[in-house]
Amino acid sequence: MSGLLIDNISMRFDLPNGGSVQALKNVTLDIKSGELLSVLGPSGCGKTTLLNIVAGFLAPTEGQVVVNDHAVKGPGPERGMVFQQGALFEWMTVRENVSFGPDMKKMPRQDSMKIVDRLLEVVGLQDFKDKAVYELSGGMQQRVALARCLANEPDVILMDEPLGALDALTREKMQSLVLDLWKETGKTIILITHSVEEALLLGERLLVMAPRPGRIHKEYRLPFAEMGVGADLRAVKKHPDYAKTREEILAMIWEMEEEIMGRTEESA
Amino acid sequence: MTGLILLAVYIAIFAVSMVIVAWATKRFFTRADFTSLKTVTFGDESAVKANRAASVISVLAIFALWVAFTNSSLPLFKAKGPFEGIVEFTYTSTLPDGRSDDATVSILVYPEDVQLTEDANGAPGKIPNKPDVDLGEGFAKNDTLVIPRYGSKLISVFQNDEFKKSDGAIVTHLNGQALTPGEQIILSEGRLALTEKGTPFFEPSTGFRMARLYLPAPEVTTNRFLQLNREGYRNFTLLEHTWASLQRVLLGFIFGALVGIPLGYAMGLTNWARGWFDPIVEFMRPVPPLALIPLMIIWFGIGETSKVILLFLAALWIMAIAARSGVSGVAIAKVHAAYSLGAKKSQILRKVIIPNSLPEIFTGARVAMGVCWGTVVAAELVAAEKGLGMMIMVAAKFQLTDIVIVGIILIGVIGFAIDIGIRKLEGWLVPWKGKV
Repeated sequence: MSGLLIDNISMRFDLPNGGSVQALKNVTLDIKSGELLSVLGPSGCGKTTLLNIVAGFLAPTEGQVVVNDHAVKGPGPERGMVFQQGALFEWMTVRENVSFGPDMKKMPRQDSMKIVDRLLEVVGLQDFKDKAVYELSGGMQQRVALARCLANEPDVILMDEPLGALDALTREKMQSLVLDLWKETGKTIILITHSVEEALLLGERLLVMAPRPGRIHKEYRLPFAEMGVGADLRAVKKHPDYAKTREEILAMIWEMEEEIMGRTEESA
Repeated sequence: MTGLILLAVYIAIFAVSMVIVAWATKRFFTRADFTSLKTVTFGDESAVKANRAASVISVLAIFALWVAFTNSSLPLFKAKGPFEGIVEFTYTSTLPDGRSDDATVSILVYPEDVQLTEDANGAPGKIPNKPDVDLGEGFAKNDTLVIPRYGSKLISVFQNDEFKKSDGAIVTHLNGQALTPGEQIILSEGRLALTEKGTPFFEPSTGFRMARLYLPAPEVTTNRFLQLNREGYRNFTLLEHTWASLQRVLLGFIFGALVGIPLGYAMGLTNWARGWFDPIVEFMRPVPPLALIPLMIIWFGIGETSKVILLFLAALWIMAIAARSGVSGVAIAKVHAAYSLGAKKSQILRKVIIPNSLPEIFTGARVAMGVCWGTVVAAELVAAEKGLGMMIMVAAKFQLTDIVIVGIILIGVIGFAIDIGIRKLEGWLVPWKGKV
């Protein structure tokens, strides 16, 4: 099994007012199969752009993304995506949402129903199968989104701030769920987040990106994800290294943010 | 004048009933729901709900005013009515040599709609005969005549006198009161005047009620409705007229939707179609369908075809724009998610774009139906054999105001029913609307 290679990607596009933006510059990243990667950075560092390029929604101006030895040309079912919110189909029930991927492949109904039942049990929504998605709470909706993504058996799961809109308690429960699913399924997961704590907990490998142009600033190898599997996340957070790393990254991002602010003020 | 009184009464009913209902609600009902605990309601749209008591009183008030200000026979409050019956006055004819003589004029004021009513045997009413009077003594002779309510008449008092105007006779007094030409006397029965040329003129008092020609009483309108239902109008039953209009609207709307929705999707999904159809749609959208009627008649004649095509055009642009904005309203995350789950373009269209645009399409359908229903009536004003618009137009030419009102009420009720129908369908097909 091969992983995912982000090969020297740059992205630059023209603005209507004549200027241009260097959103990403020479980003290279080799992600092994089954790796849990979290990406962190101040706003405007190009982390969402990077994810959209991997998903195939955007084309880089230079470089390429290679998944399973094939260059990415567009979106595909081997790269599943979980969005922040609002990506579920309100006109479908929970069950129909989860079976969307299998249905697109014209999988026989009895097979897809088996997958749906199993995954809804995994995410703890077996009693909500026939509910409309707008009847569910925000946390439940994100569980559906996870199950929908998993039902399609992707090799890589791309998550664009999937827990960003949830309240703190729900968020912590969902973090545990993501860790457990990662361990259970062995999928490669790339997770974009604003939250330093989330990036620490949900990243064996953590990338801090810097803005203007968007690039990889620093990379960490972290033990917390492994520690958090099936364990109490609050216990993990008490680990002395956790607090130390968190402070280090926070300081780094503060510095970048202030640099951006300073630059904006100069230009203004 | 009557209009201002009507408005004042209406405003008074509005205000007084509001105060009474508010008092009664407070006195006799205790509400314990959440909204009742809100202190800020002015400005909080969610706290504003239609007061059903107000709706009922509103409809009843219109009905009561309708009764009060028409010559209705219903035993409800009535505004002062027009004078009806016999009025008499005297005039004094004076000759150039100073001789003068008095004579009486008897006027019978009869209901102006007497020929439209039926007596107990079902025979149509007749204009009554002039009251019988003696010619009387002296050279001025008594006169008699009939005037309809809301009418007026110049009274040729000299026609049966011994001395006429050509003999130098002039009217100097009315009811014993000296009058010069141009002056008038107000009686409780009406206005008595001497014209500039010296001819007596009588106008019976009209009161505050409207004549049948302007607004027929509710029971007259109801009877007319029942009669139309029984006998039809102009060779077609009322149902056939209604169905003719409805059929044109439905055909026009369905064709408009069948063409407009795919057109809107194309405009929302491809650059070329957006660029190609944008000028056409944006140009045609502000053109009112009514302005196209002459062209439709020139191109397609006066038959059904031109009417259905007109309604098709009325619905087409509205549906196209609704579908286009339905497509642009799709959250990009949903489209991305569907592609990531392996959907192809045709699957994206069927499973994501079409369902997501349904709320917009329903809003468009309601607007289009309203416009079509309004346009069909106008389209039928020109050379139609049947249809509610034709019925109204022809009835208006014969001054049959009751038929006009029956038609208007039917149009309103059916339009309302169509709107409710679409809303029900929307609630059933788009249950997620407003909940996301």
